[in-house]
Amino acid sequence: MAEPLVEIKDLHVQFEVRDGIIKGVDGFTLTINRGETLGVIGESGCGKSITAKAVMQMVPKPGKITGGEIIYYRRDKYNPQKPPSVVKITDLDPDGDTIRSIRGGEFAMIFQEPMSSLTPVYTTGTHIGEALFLHRLVPKTIGEQMTQNIMAYRPVTKQEAREIAIEMLQKVGIPKPHERVDAYPHQLSGGQRQRVMIAIALSCQPFMLIADEPTTALDVSIEAQILDLMRELQESMEMSIMFITHNLGVVAEMAKEIVVMYMGKQVEKSSTVRVFYEPKHPYTRALLQSIPKVGKRTSERLASIKGMVPDPFHLPTGCVFHPRCPSFMPGKCDVLTPNWIETEPDHWVRCLLYENV
Amino acid sequence: MAERIATRDDNIILDVKGMKKYFPIQKGLLRKVVGYVKAVDDVSLYLREGETLGLVGESGCGKTTVSRTIIRLYEPTAGTAHFKTSLFSADGQPEMVNIFDLDKEQMKRIRREVAMIFQDPINSLNPRMSVFDIVSEPMVIHGMKIGPEMEETVVTLLERVGLRKEHIRRYPHEFSGGQRQRIGIARALSMNPKIIFCDEPVSALDVSIQAQTLNLLQDLQSDFNLSYVFVAHDLSVVQHISDRVAVMYVGKIAETAHSDVLYNEPLHPYTEALMSAVPKPDPLYKSERIIMQGDVADPSNPPPGCYFHPRCRYAVDKCSKETPEFRELRPDHWVACHRAEELKLKGV
Repeated sequence: MAEPLVEIKDLHVQFEVRDGIIKGVDGFTLTINRGETLGVIGESGCGKSITAKAVMQMVPKPGKITGGEIIYYRRDKYNPQKPPSVVKITDLDPDGDTIRSIRGGEFAMIFQEPMSSLTPVYTTGTHIGEALFLHRLVPKTIGEQMTQNIMAYRPVTKQEAREIAIEMLQKVGIPKPHERVDAYPHQLSGGQRQRVMIAIALSCQPFMLIADEPTTALDVSIEAQILDLMRELQESMEMSIMFITHNLGVVAEMAKEIVVMYMGKQVEKSSTVRVFYEPKHPYTRALLQSIPKVGKRTSERLASIKGMVPDPFHLPTGCVFHPRCPSFMPGKCDVLTPNWIETEPDHWVRCLLYENV
Repeated sequence: MAERIATRDDNIILDVKGMKKYFPIQKGLLRKVVGYVKAVDDVSLYLREGETLGLVGESGCGKTTVSRTIIRLYEPTAGTAHFKTSLFSADGQPEMVNIFDLDKEQMKRIRREVAMIFQDPINSLNPRMSVFDIVSEPMVIHGMKIGPEMEETVVTLLERVGLRKEHIRRYPHEFSGGQRQRIGIARALSMNPKIIFCDEPVSALDVSIQAQTLNLLQDLQSDFNLSYVFVAHDLSVVQHISDRVAVMYVGKIAETAHSDVLYNEPLHPYTEALMSAVPKPDPLYKSERIIMQGDVADPSNPPPGCYFHPRCRYAVDKCSKETPEFRELRPDHWVACHRAEELKLKGV
């Protein structure tokens, strides 16, 4: 049975800048289950990355979570039998101890740019070691260890950290891990750096991995390797993945469920197969039609979405997508704001076409 | 190879043969040359009028270097690049001119007929120049048009690429990524070129804007009878826009064919592996990925024989010893693989 790991309820993130307020995320509701992969798709600036950062409680300034809540059902990593405790991430101090023990240790993140996410002056071993010292504990023998229940944990030692680092590098498929553990980022190729990022993220055995465009900067061949690796590791670790991307091909392969975002709002959510085969929202349909498909070449033009993403300071009235929408209904779409409704079991959409107005 | 122009139709506008570009590796105080990066190593390709040639491959395989060397932004190490032009002929009839033989003055003239669109729409536009200055700069350099006539041309160009007249006095930072790319396209069109080298023109754009830009490029091609050399790493985009596709691996062309043929009946194992790695936007598609082991070969120290053999799952002894010849196995289908005849490879 699907067990929820994180519940996001009506999340609002706003940025107060000199020219006004930008609604980065505007009412986002979602449940991420244990061991499942969720895909978040949308164009740049639609709020995908901000949502992910809100889950980690690290919204960049001047952004602020202004409404809603994020609930995390926290299991004790070293005592899985214990029932999970409920942590409200939105109430935590962004610099506090609780969130710092969750970040990295229980929620890990892979960033988009493998070039700038690693510190050039430290070796890969040091990078992985840093995460391990902070978040990984190893079992410690107490006395004679009469029963198995008496367990204690201690931080890893330097030697152990190095061994784990080598093991992780091997797992992510870096050749000669014994040598590469002492390599600096500039000595690695782009794909290898991204794999080091994954090794850092997975070294503490997180419950959830947030992957923010992890393969965008990589070639297809390396991308295929990384995706396979993520799937393999997910199975062996029972980890949830929140996969943020604008590449529909990647999300089709990875995700079980998909959320489509446009201008800070969810516009559609369903299983991956449903979203690809029976898309309901005109934006989702347009997105699917605008990508060229490999293997089926037609001399036809691509169906493009007219216009461009609106200015966040002057959002259109009614449905924010209406100026670009092919099924625009005058008098309705530009006046009424669509609600987030479940049209079919487990198929949510935000569009007036499916409301009786 | 030499009689290729003769055996093919007269429509060939660009014919590159045996092009090489080696970058020296220098070391020490005296800048002693200790080796070469063979960025482009014996590349031959041709382009017909009104045709789009896609150039794909992993990063660092020399795609960009090929296009930059052809228009001599880099000086070639060896080879020829014949370009059909009437700029230098006495009777105004088009003739094949070797771009690599031209002097500086002639090169300047030829640049009217070859234009380039760059990958990064942010860095390829000067932030201190207005749209008018950017688009008209080529005309100023070549002394083509002046005054109101120039302004008129700029407005026509902007409208052609989907921008508005009032944009003419604005600066690049006032535009979105897709609009900036349109400015770059307008600049490339300003000299009425025959060939446009598009270096990853859509990879920095969002999906919906990417579709708009690709449609625009196709419209312009049919309106002005342009030929494109389209460099990209996104295989689905390349297939969509290209008539023929060349696959590059470590400075060499592995295979070139019509795009349908190449995608459906590849002859080179590298093409097959690349195609299988493309994520398909279909959740029910059962992918049989061929995972290529290891990384791209180092162009300064490539493996012996076929450069692809350490990652190739069909490799035999011969592959690590002899360099495969780049040959035309079927009409218009060229491949460099020892085992191309016997292998049955899968397309998309």
